[in-house]
Amino acid sequence: MSILHTVNKSPFQKNDLKSCLNHTNAGDAVLLIEDGVYGALSGTEFSLLTSNCDANIYCLKGDLAARGIESDKVSDDVKLVDYEGFVDLVTQHDAVNAWL
Amino acid sequence: MQQQADANVKRFMYVNRKAPYGTIYALESLEVVLIGAAFDQDVSLAFIDDGVFQLLKDQDTNAIGVKNFSPAFKALGDYDVNKLFVEKESLDERGLTPDDLMELTWEDEDDDWEEKPSIHLVSRHEMKTLLGNQDVILSF
Repeated sequence: MSILHTVNKSPFQKNDLKSCLNHTNAGDAVLLIEDGVYGALSGTEFSLLTSNCDANIYCLKGDLAARGIESDKVSDDVKLVDYEGFVDLVTQHDAVNAWL
Repeated sequence: MQQQADANVKRFMYVNRKAPYGTIYALESLEVVLIGAAFDQDVSLAFIDDGVFQLLKDQDTNAIGVKNFSPAFKALGDYDVNKLFVEKESLDERGLTPDDLMELTWEDEDDDWEEKPSIHLVSRHEMKTLLGNQDVILSF
């Protein structure tokens, strides 16, 4: 069983990302969407958490662009996906867990 | 004019602590600031915590189908809203620097219309003092 986790809240305001990363298994994916994309910023307390996580971390491009975050500000271990990539992730995993 | 009105002028501070787009707070705050600008009060804006994200440059909302309201910040100077205080520690914690923010300016009519920056970087300690010196605080 592999799970796709989605996080849509800013990690600076809510602990959703932290809690999610504490509950992932190897083979899982974490997709950062909406205000969750702030978790992809490099040089923050959360970039360490995402790089030490055994799940693959993804981030939705459109939500980054909307917020003025250029790709050079995103941690190296975060992979960028578009909406089609989002759909692929859904199909590649057995279930989705939205951390709301 | 300024002196005559002084008794009726209050210090208003709008405190912005939310990121844009994920919630409606940032847009609503900006709308209220623009409305309030008509009343000739002493207005300043504070950007703390995730509020600093509102001022990032190069926002492009095409992919998410939401209006990009960041250009409206550039109009604030024309409404004599030219004190935007950004907390340095909030930028630091988010891996940001002042260079990542939009360039916002206003024209000083008392100084030959010279263009001056509207964004003022302040420490958390200075922000605390600013908050303590207001008549009205509106928090978003």
